[in-house]
Amino acid sequence: MSGPSTYEPKTAIERWLDTRLPIIRFGADLGDFPTPKNLNYWYTFGGILAFCLAVQIVTGIVLAMHYDPSGAGAFKSVEQHIMRDVNYGWLIRGIHANGASMFFLAVYLHILRGIYYGSFKAPREVLWLLGCVIYFLMMATAFMGYVLPWGQMSFWGAKVITNLLGAFPIIGNTITTLLWGGYSVDSPTLNRFFSLHYLLPFVIAAVVALHIWALHVPGNSNPTGVNVKSKSDTVPFHPYYTVKDGFAIALFMLLFAVFVFYLPDAFVKTDNEIPANPLVTPAHIVPEWYLLPFYAILRAIPDKLIGVLALAGAIGCLFALPWLDTSKVRSMRYRPTARIYFFIWILASVALGWCGSQEPQGHVIPGVGGPIFIDYDINSVTWLSRISSLYYFAYFLVITPLLGLRETPLPVPDSIYTPVLSHPVAAE
Amino acid sequence: MADSLAQSAPSPTEGVADPGRRDFINILAVSAAVGGVAAVAWPLVDQLNPAADTLALASLEFDLTKVALGQEVTIAWRKQPVFIRHRTPEEIAKARAADHASDLKDPELDSARVKPGHDEWLIVLASCTHLGCVPAFAQGEYGGWLCPCHGSQYDTSARIRKGPAPKNLIVPDYAFLSDTKVKIG
Repeated sequence: MSGPSTYEPKTAIERWLDTRLPIIRFGADLGDFPTPKNLNYWYTFGGILAFCLAVQIVTGIVLAMHYDPSGAGAFKSVEQHIMRDVNYGWLIRGIHANGASMFFLAVYLHILRGIYYGSFKAPREVLWLLGCVIYFLMMATAFMGYVLPWGQMSFWGAKVITNLLGAFPIIGNTITTLLWGGYSVDSPTLNRFFSLHYLLPFVIAAVVALHIWALHVPGNSNPTGVNVKSKSDTVPFHPYYTVKDGFAIALFMLLFAVFVFYLPDAFVKTDNEIPANPLVTPAHIVPEWYLLPFYAILRAIPDKLIGVLALAGAIGCLFALPWLDTSKVRSMRYRPTARIYFFIWILASVALGWCGSQEPQGHVIPGVGGPIFIDYDINSVTWLSRISSLYYFAYFLVITPLLGLRETPLPVPDSIYTPVLSHPVAAE
Repeated sequence: MADSLAQSAPSPTEGVADPGRRDFINILAVSAAVGGVAAVAWPLVDQLNPAADTLALASLEFDLTKVALGQEVTIAWRKQPVFIRHRTPEEIAKARAADHASDLKDPELDSARVKPGHDEWLIVLASCTHLGCVPAFAQGEYGGWLCPCHGSQYDTSARIRKGPAPKNLIVPDYAFLSDTKVKIG
């Protein structure tokens, strides 16, 4: 796709088609993709994610045939009609609902792999930005999908998230009214969320096509971070990586099936089995696990507008990463210091996720109090969220830019195949 | 080579008696297109705003005799929850005592949040001004409301005292039709 086409039509009909719609040429050039020979299993999540998107679109289209997007009928159409009466409705919804969590699990591992191996660095910045756009669209789609069953968590989740936009001065209320189509979250809101929830996956699919296009121009990054220099650094994508990706997808499907068949409600909050009630907020309201770190950042800040800006900034940092990282070495395999800060960042993000699932005044170490510092005691979930949020932002805005200039990286191999040949197994 | 290219692609205004006339046509065409797109875009955006039948749910009358002293009811007005609280003298005294407290984020006198002569009736929108959850009464440090979502705390005048919410609970437009009947909206 990046170089001149090597496809040669062999039959008369291929030659005839090639001058009218060169679609076989397009497919052949797409498949002719020399891939670094050292890609490990962390590189299979791209394929797994394509599988996840396909699963969500197929099951979603089927569910839409049975779903009633009205405030009065939505809950019943999901909990009674689809879950009990539609043939295999329980299975299709089980795949779709758990599929969202599987999708996010895979996308987080895919993003972490990209950060660790420096896949976002030149010349792959646009590839990275498109990935961030996909991630953002996934969050919007998942949020609107979560609203559709119209249970208590659906309703109050919708209310809290749409109210985030009300934080903006002057135009805030105009935006929320425009989103709701009323004075509050109500049937019109549900209707438009359903419409957009159906639309956005196809927008995601289009951005995925751009993402793959942007991948095919510079080619894959690899665990050494060293550029491909000769043919001995690569193998053809097919059959080597079609098989490797296929095997990883099969393993991933095992995990997926465990949730669908043995733990179908593992990600469901019991409050969402209660129909939406605009007069009562559930005692403890939390978003889905994949949004918890951002929720914790929002809560950590005692000012509404700054909290919302920090939430947006946390995602914005990902977009800016190619311009924040000053290191010339791509892979953290050769950056031992960077690796430590990176693992602490993962720890801080997990801590934020945990904080998001707890009550703000709850205790980190249970059964122990602590002296009050400013507004909460120092053993509170709020203070752990604040410290973790601080590290989250410091990692992107301070540590990453400075470290690239100050650290001493390990020697980087000359080519992709040298470390392969010097590997103890190869030497035997 | 460069010369021959320049000759084969003459400037679009070359040989035109008055180049300004062609610019004028361009500006006119682009403006008409932009105006046309804007005119079509506005209905597509404005359809998101509340429809006429949603807006028609304007006002509501409520009989206060249903609420005993110290009790509170939550009613739906324009699909939004509203608290109608029958305050005890202690609650009123507590609210008045805090009228000039230093931790009021959105300073307001308690007397300005009720109707004159009806100090015992506090009527506010039951949406936390942070992100819209319904706060619960008799929890928190100020004897008022505590929001379960992000821990905002309101006092007995429903003024914000602690937590991320920026404003006091909103007092809607309402009027007493008689001593026992109010009209909200």
